[in-house]
Amino acid sequence: MQVTLTVNGDEVTSEIEPRLLLVHFLRDTLGLTGTHWGCDTSNCGACVVLMDGEPVKSCTVLAAMAGGHEVRTIESVERGDVLDPVQQGFMEEHGLQCGFCTPGMIMTARALLDRRAGGEPLTDAEIREAISGQICRCTGYTNIVKAIRWAADQEAAPTGGR
Amino acid sequence: MQVPAPFEYERATSVDDAVALLERLGPEARIIAGGHSLLPMMKLRLAAPEHLIDINDLDLAYIRQNGAEIRIGAMTRHRELLESEPLAGLLPIFAEAERMVADPVVRNRGTVGGSLCQADPAEDLSAVCSAVKARVVIRGAGGERVVAMADFHRGPYETAVGDAEMLVEVRIPVRAGAGSAYEKVERRAGDWAIAASAAALWVDGGTIADAGVALSAVGPTTVHATRAEEALRGQAPSEELFARAAGIAAEDCSPTADQRGPVDYKRHLARELTHRALRRAAARALHQEV
Ligand SMILES: Cc1cc2nc3c(=O)[nH]c(=O)nc-3n(C[C@H](O)[C@H](O)[C@H](O)COP(=O)(O)OP(=O)(O)OC[C@H]3O[C@@H](n4cnc5c(N)ncnc54)[C@H](O)[C@@H]3O)c2cc1C
Ligand code: FES
Ligand code: FES
Repeated sequence: MQVTLTVNGDEVTSEIEPRLLLVHFLRDTLGLTGTHWGCDTSNCGACVVLMDGEPVKSCTVLAAMAGGHEVRTIESVERGDVLDPVQQGFMEEHGLQCGFCTPGMIMTARALLDRRAGGEPLTDAEIREAISGQICRCTGYTNIVKAIRWAADQEAAPTGGR
Repeated sequence: MQVPAPFEYERATSVDDAVALLERLGPEARIIAGGHSLLPMMKLRLAAPEHLIDINDLDLAYIRQNGAEIRIGAMTRHRELLESEPLAGLLPIFAEAERMVADPVVRNRGTVGGSLCQADPAEDLSAVCSAVKARVVIRGAGGERVVAMADFHRGPYETAVGDAEMLVEVRIPVRAGAGSAYEKVERRAGDWAIAASAAALWVDGGTIADAGVALSAVGPTTVHATRAEEALRGQAPSEELFARAAGIAAEDCSPTADQRGPVDYKRHLARELTHRALRRAAARALHQEV
C-alpha cells in the first residue's frame, strides 16, 4: 500500500507493507536512525517520536496509521548548527551516558516544554511524570530531570531559548 | 524483531463505513483504535487478523454532557479523560484512574473504546465504568443497542460487542449526591494493577441510595461486586459499613497467583483498596473531602 505523511516538515510517500511499524519505517525506509528501537514491547520509550506534536511510542504505531499525520524525530530538533535548548540541557547537566534512551527522552521533553510554553513553571514532579514511560539504564534519571529543568529555565528566561 | 503477521489495512471514514467494512470482511477483520493492546498482541502472534480497520479518523473523540448523562466517544484517548475538566468535576474517579493507567506516552494513544473492548481483567477503565453504572452504545448493521456495564463482560477478553459490531460511545448517568474514587496498587510506574478497586456512592438524605463497586486484576474478568453493593444500599455511610462491604468484595473476587503476587496478598489488597475507595467516595459525596 501507499502511505503519505510529513516527516520533519517534508512530505514523504512510500510503498509499504501494512504491517510495517512506524519505528522501522523511520529507521529502515527513511534512514532516520536517530530514533532508537529497544524493547519492542511498548515499555522502554527509546522509540518515542512526536505525532501531531505529542509523544508516541513508534514501535506501537503502524506506519500506515501515521499516514496524513505530522511526525517529528530527533533529527529535526537541531536548528541549523544551533542545538535545541533540550539538547543543550542534556550536555550541560550530563543527562546521558550511553545515549540509547536520549532521543526518546528529548522528544518527550520537547513536547512537554512546547505544551507549557508561556505557562506556569514546570515542577520536577511534572518532569518525572512526563518521562515515567521511558527507561534509562545509565543515569538514574536525576540528570535527565536536571537537563529538562535547564531547558525549561532557559526558555522561560526573558531572552528565550529560541 | 517482533513483527505482526501480514494483513490488509483499511481506513474507515465513518461509523457506518467501519460497520460496513466489518460486515464485508468477515470475522477475520478487527478494528484498530489506539493499537496499544492489539499491536503488542499481533507482534506476539497472539492475534493475527487478516484485515485491520483503522477508526482513528472517526468523529468519536469527545466528552459531552447531554442532560443527565455524560457521553464519551469511543476514540477518546486516556490523556483526554485525564485532563477533562467537566469530567474531573462530576466524576473524579476518571482522572484518578487515568493517572495510573500505563504511562503518559501510552495514554496519548490508548482509547476508552479500545480499553473496554480489550476487556483485559486487569484493565482499569472497565472497573471505573462498571462502578459508575455506565452503559455502552454498540453499533452494528442492524442499528444501535445500549448495554449496561453489568452485562458487558462475557468472559476473559470477551464482551457483548459482536463480530460485525463496534462500540461507539460510553454513557454515564449524572445523579445528585454522587461521590467516586479509584484505588490501585502497581509494582512499578506505568504497570498494570496488582489489584485495583473502583467505588461510587450516591447519598440521599444521609443514606446510600445506590452504590457501585468493581475490581480489576482479581478475577477472570472485571469483578462486579454486586453483593457488596447490596450491603451498602439503604444504609448510612460509616467506617463499619465500608469495612463490611470491602470484606464482601474481597470474598467475592477470585485472584490467581502470578509474578505480581500470591492470592492472599491480592485478596488483602482487594479488601483494603475497596475500603479506601468507599471511604473517599463517601467523603466526596458528602463534601467532606480533606
Ligand atoms: C506499556 C503498556 C502499559 C499499559 N498499562 C495499562 C494499565 O496499567 N491499565 C490499563 O487499563 N491499560 C493499560 N494498557 C493498555 C492501554 O490502556 C490500551 O490503550 C488499551 O487497553 C487499549 O486501547 P487501544 O485504543 O489502544 O485499543 P486497540 O489496541 O486498538 O484495540 C484493543 C481491542 O479492542 C478492539 N477495539 C478497539 N476499539 C474498538 C471499538 N470502538 N469497538 C469495538 N472494538 C474495538 C480492537 O479490535 C482490539 O481487539 C497498557 C498498554 C501498554 C502498551
Ligand atoms: S521500542 Fe518502543 S517502547 Fe521500547
Ligand atoms: S543514557 Fe544509557 S540508557 Fe539512558
